[in-house]
Amino acid sequence: MSVLVYIEADNNAVKKSSLEALTYAAKMSAGDVTALVTDKAEGLEDLGKYGVKTVLQVSDDKLSTRPVSAIASAIAAAAQKVGANAVVMSRSSTVDAAAPRVGVKLKATVASNVVALPQTDNGFVVRRGVYTGKAFADTKLEGEIKILTIAKNAIGVEETGSGAATVEAFSPEYGAKDFAVKVTDVKKQEGDILLPEADLVVSAGRGLKGPENWDMIENLAKTLGAATACSKPVSDMDWRPHHEHVGQTGIKVAPSLYIAVGISGAIQHLAGVNSSKTIVVINKDEEAPFFKSADYGVVGDAFDVVPKLQAALEKAGI
Amino acid sequence: MNILVCICHVPDTTTKIKFNGTELDKNGVQFIIGPYDDYALARAVELKDASGGKLTVLNVGEADTEPTIRKALAIGADNAVRINAHPKDAYFVAEQIAAYAKDKNFDMILMGREASDYNGGQVHGMVAEMLDMPCVAPCMTLEVNGNVAKMGREIEGGKEYVECEMPFVAGCQEPIAEWKIPNMRGIMMARKKPLEVIEPTTESAPTEVVNYELPAERGNVKMIDADNLDELVRLLKEEAKVL
Repeated sequence: MSVLVYIEADNNAVKKSSLEALTYAAKMSAGDVTALVTDKAEGLEDLGKYGVKTVLQVSDDKLSTRPVSAIASAIAAAAQKVGANAVVMSRSSTVDAAAPRVGVKLKATVASNVVALPQTDNGFVVRRGVYTGKAFADTKLEGEIKILTIAKNAIGVEETGSGAATVEAFSPEYGAKDFAVKVTDVKKQEGDILLPEADLVVSAGRGLKGPENWDMIENLAKTLGAATACSKPVSDMDWRPHHEHVGQTGIKVAPSLYIAVGISGAIQHLAGVNSSKTIVVINKDEEAPFFKSADYGVVGDAFDVVPKLQAALEKAGI
Repeated sequence: MNILVCICHVPDTTTKIKFNGTELDKNGVQFIIGPYDDYALARAVELKDASGGKLTVLNVGEADTEPTIRKALAIGADNAVRINAHPKDAYFVAEQIAAYAKDKNFDMILMGREASDYNGGQVHGMVAEMLDMPCVAPCMTLEVNGNVAKMGREIEGGKEYVECEMPFVAGCQEPIAEWKIPNMRGIMMARKKPLEVIEPTTESAPTEVVNYELPAERGNVKMIDADNLDELVRLLKEEAKVL
């Protein structure tokens, strides 16, 4: 099976989530993996370690802002060039927007939010997270070409190959309207660990009583090398920016460790975090529903517990 | 302005999900307008109120979705269309929307960034590709100036601001507008507004759910004394192996 993987890079380095997509592709394809890169990236030969034979590299400044429609054209053109039976990519703001367009262009079947390798003994069945993490749907995909977007942290990164990949220049043709959406400005946080990419997350809710008390959450996150997050009421009250809101209508996260401070655990919040590997809940109300979904719980006031946790981490050399 | 808003009919966000085989157990489940679609609808009502025009709401669904469609009419849509079919998958739904919209000269087609049941987030992109239109998702702000729409889009760790000419498709999310709650006058007027039912153009759906499963329950929570957080750190290192 020939598999194309769309790779994203930030600051010239391939994103960890793209390495997850490569790991997935290598396992499902038994070795026939081509990567497509449209971002500036260094060391692409090293993708051989993840089972990639060939890297198709598009060097075009017009793609630097990742215009969705043009990226979709590039992915479809690369898939046709290599005769791909499947296109695998990790979920991101670009991939989520481009995948359905690629699906229509290639007359391919799209499955998003995939959390496990396909079962192929009776057709082609993939497991997807649905109902905002409250269920999984094993979904049979018809059609000759499948497009899979992989949920973050569902697969993990594994080196599956050896040797260097061959890097080839690739120049796709674009559609007449591929650059119809013009990027006029980008405002990004600087320096922080981005929440959707984070492996550790420290999150806080109304129990913090006000935005002025977030220093201790930020300090805890800094000690752990974690991203900070918040519950919906907190972002609704503008205590924290919207892009930190996790939950059913916010960002869904699946880190290795999710620490929730002063969040009671409404079902909509749980929906956004219940794919986390380990959940720690700190709440002064011992009846808080979040404790039922936690691995570890601490009953206590955030203003007492968080500094103590900070001290315990520092004592342990973290 | 001629606006189409596509809405889905999904379980309320507080619903505990259960299944009967490959069907959702609808017992005791309240259905609502998809929460993200509700944001799209709210912004469309604001745009129509500001500059006039017509707002059509569309749902691909069977007769049981009509109370949800009536709610959208009560919030401010002028007329509604129900495409009479079970919404089998994203491609099927996108085909119905594109077939309906292709000759109606909509200036914009708005919907939520994803449905809160299947979370696929595919329909807006598919509709846009089928109609050869630009698409912006997830769209957090939307302003219109003449023939140009300016939108803010969420990206990793920030926002991207874009613009494009109409017509376009957008998959919306908060904080694009405040949700609107229908008032009594709106509810009364909604009863008289037209709700057209049309049949689907195709029956094909390339995906089929063959099994549902609920996530494994977490084991019992281990409670740690607030005065012994060294123990929590030890467990996170040695037992959970996440530090």
